[in-house]
Amino acid sequence: MARKINLRIWRGDAIDGGLKDVQVDVNEGEVVLDVILRVQATQIGDLAVRWNCKAGKCGSCSMEINGKPRLACMTQVASFDESETITVTPMRAFPIIKDLVTDVSFNYKKAMEIPAFEPPADLKPGEARMQQVDVERSQEFRKCIECFLCQDVCHVIRDHEENKKSFAGPRFFIRIAELDMHPLDILKNRKQKAQEEHGLGMCNITKCCTEVCPEHIRITDNAIIPMKERVADVKYDPLLWLGSKIFKREGIV
Amino acid sequence: MSALERYKYDVLIIGAGGAGLRAAVEAREAGLSVAIICKSLFGKAHTVMAEGGAAAAMGNVNDSDNWMVHFRDTMRGGKFLNHYRMAELHAKESPDRIWELEMWGALFDRTSEGKISQRNFGGHEYPRLAHVGDRTGLELIRTMQQRIVALQQKDKRDHGDFESHIRVFAELTITEILKEDGIIAGAYGYWRESGSEVLFEAPTVVLATGGVGKAFKITSNSWEGTGDGHALALKAGANLVDMEFLQFHPTGMVWPPAVRGILVTESVRGEGGILTNTKGERFMFNYIPAVFKEMYADNEAEADRWYLDQNNNRRPPELLPRDEVARAINNEVKAGRGSEHGGVFLDVSKRLPAEVIKKRLPSMWHQFFELAGVDITKEPMEVGPTCHYVMGGVEVLPETAAAVGVPGLFAAGEVAGGMNGSNRLGGNSLSDLLVFGRRAGIGAAQYLKSVQRKVVSESTLSAAAERIAAPFNRTGGENSYSLHAELQDITHNLVGIIRTRTELQDAIEKIAEIRKRSQNVLVAGDRKFNPGFHLAFDLDNMLLVAESSAKSAIRREESRGGHTRDDFPNMDNKWRQVNHISSFDGTQVQVREQGLPTMPKELFDLFDVHELEKYMTPAEIAKGGSN
Repeated sequence: MARKINLRIWRGDAIDGGLKDVQVDVNEGEVVLDVILRVQATQIGDLAVRWNCKAGKCGSCSMEINGKPRLACMTQVASFDESETITVTPMRAFPIIKDLVTDVSFNYKKAMEIPAFEPPADLKPGEARMQQVDVERSQEFRKCIECFLCQDVCHVIRDHEENKKSFAGPRFFIRIAELDMHPLDILKNRKQKAQEEHGLGMCNITKCCTEVCPEHIRITDNAIIPMKERVADVKYDPLLWLGSKIFKREGIV
Repeated sequence: MSALERYKYDVLIIGAGGAGLRAAVEAREAGLSVAIICKSLFGKAHTVMAEGGAAAAMGNVNDSDNWMVHFRDTMRGGKFLNHYRMAELHAKESPDRIWELEMWGALFDRTSEGKISQRNFGGHEYPRLAHVGDRTGLELIRTMQQRIVALQQKDKRDHGDFESHIRVFAELTITEILKEDGIIAGAYGYWRESGSEVLFEAPTVVLATGGVGKAFKITSNSWEGTGDGHALALKAGANLVDMEFLQFHPTGMVWPPAVRGILVTESVRGEGGILTNTKGERFMFNYIPAVFKEMYADNEAEADRWYLDQNNNRRPPELLPRDEVARAINNEVKAGRGSEHGGVFLDVSKRLPAEVIKKRLPSMWHQFFELAGVDITKEPMEVGPTCHYVMGGVEVLPETAAAVGVPGLFAAGEVAGGMNGSNRLGGNSLSDLLVFGRRAGIGAAQYLKSVQRKVVSESTLSAAAERIAAPFNRTGGENSYSLHAELQDITHNLVGIIRTRTELQDAIEKIAEIRKRSQNVLVAGDRKFNPGFHLAFDLDNMLLVAESSAKSAIRREESRGGHTRDDFPNMDNKWRQVNHISSFDGTQVQVREQGLPTMPKELFDLFDVHELEKYMTPAEIAKGGSN
């Protein structure tokens, strides 16, 4: 039942490395992660790859498969032509640690910079009342499994290391949008901060992030564009701008 | 070799799943400094895989629900082998733990009144599981991850540094818990990325390492479920209780082979999914055990009516506790009524419209569509049992989650034993880890008030370091991957769903043999992010767990919950009074019997005495609980 496929795997570390060709057995229904793990168990014992759940729920096995950012556990081998060589390489936007494993600590640093959820001070546990339709907007963004494929594909940082300092990336734009739309969150000016401190303005909505999202979160349409529109409204509407200065009200609601 | 990295903390938490993170939050709020160790990246722990929900008697959907009903259901589910006090605390405190998550930003699905919605699940009398579609575990982990970040932001404001009081050490493995003069002094481990070694000096260690599924061949667990905490506890001198009880979740995927074992949430049945064999029979009606006769419908018409009117109809038998359903499926397949790939059929497509299925079971739809090419809104799923959860675990004191016998050591969540008895109800694990994760944090804070901190001695250090270096310096040629596969074959074939004395004896001998060979594992390559090296330590842990399970299983001559003996097919009330305690003598696991604590009168009186007669001996009934 097993057939053989050609797999080309990036091997190396931050200093040196290259593509290595291997032949490996593949069985019906297997995903790319299965064959990588088989190479690890039978041919290259120290091949480094991150993975956890193998069911598309944890977002650990992010890599680039034939150049496209994907989860290896959700990519069927059968989706490629039988004679095709499958090439697996580490995510390009992050520094390589070893083989297919990259240093994604950038994302955890950015997570620390997003102000946390803030409920009303007088809200008691168990007393919150919210309608399903109101929680669903934020729930869409909370589906995020933090695979960071959206960060990897985003051209603002993919080939521009220098932008990382001022750009949080799509994953954190949906985090801001989630909190901004959260029925219980009272912290003001989240959108404005997204623009001024987290680089929302650098995104020019090419939608690459939405395309690679394994959870099918509409990152661009439902999070980034609505925030950009509100930010632009306030910035360029003289009355709103004046109001925000005189009354010290939140400019963007 | 670079200089040893050294850290000092008040509390060292091993494991960054739900229990570990909840313990971390509690410990930090008590003013302590906390190190959180994860084997993988922060936020990837196995808790993300929990689908159905968190059980808590909030009474939002049916106001007849309360902690007493939840307590009764939990004890029944565990066939009364649970530590009554853990089940009691769990039932009483779960609602507060869920509401607290909401204060930290969690967004559960809602009822029409705007409260947290609750869904039906096997063994729960009322709709009780707070949920977010079928990705509840992700919501829990993310909420607590973000709560930790919020606490770090506060520390940044107060102390100038995000990591002044909580630091997450991601991709680090602990190989040993260190003691000095009989009490906890810290732990030793290595960075998975570089292989370089790290010493943590801490007077308290909280084990929150989750389960042991990777010791089995077909499992819903991720690679991390290698019983690390179970083994670390044994080696540190703590006990494991009732390791014979393993939960085989009735519905794992069976096809294609690559996804065999991946979980199919019980919510599919909670939402109306039915189980059928190849003859089209809804076979669960044939498997309602005597103890549950009054609670479950014995005909399809009544079972179907229950979905519309739960007060006047009995529950469908698809919602029996997991052990019953797993055994039934196993039996159908054995009797030749199974599907082509060795499973049975689970069908929700006839019960609910496609758009409702996609909304309530989004990740199931996604999982079957992407991995198996099956559209569950149109066709049935093929399912079969998969090793899912270990009820056995570290013996702890219910109030503080303190490990018996090792001052300074705590355990919470799946790694702790007692709470779930011989079988866990679905939904009780997420609430368990919140309730006892918090209690472990409190326990550690209390313990710290009176303890003298120990300095880790040089001799302890060098022994720990030697152990890490060993797999590179051997002359033997064993390969950790193949030994792991051999172990999985043994546990699958001999310590699986159905067990016998001769097979268990065989298993014990074979596991001992592999353990011997594992001393000769030689690792290729260097220390840098080397999975072969990592597996050498995981393997060691899985071998101890498997030994403990097999040795406990051979002694228990009855069938109960997650332990079924072909040679002793019935439940025997005299065995209900017995816990199996595993300890480690430095060479092998020893198992002895210990009496179960007696339920106090006020809890005893929550049950109908005729129900208790099914589980307890006449002498116990006559006593009527303790005072």
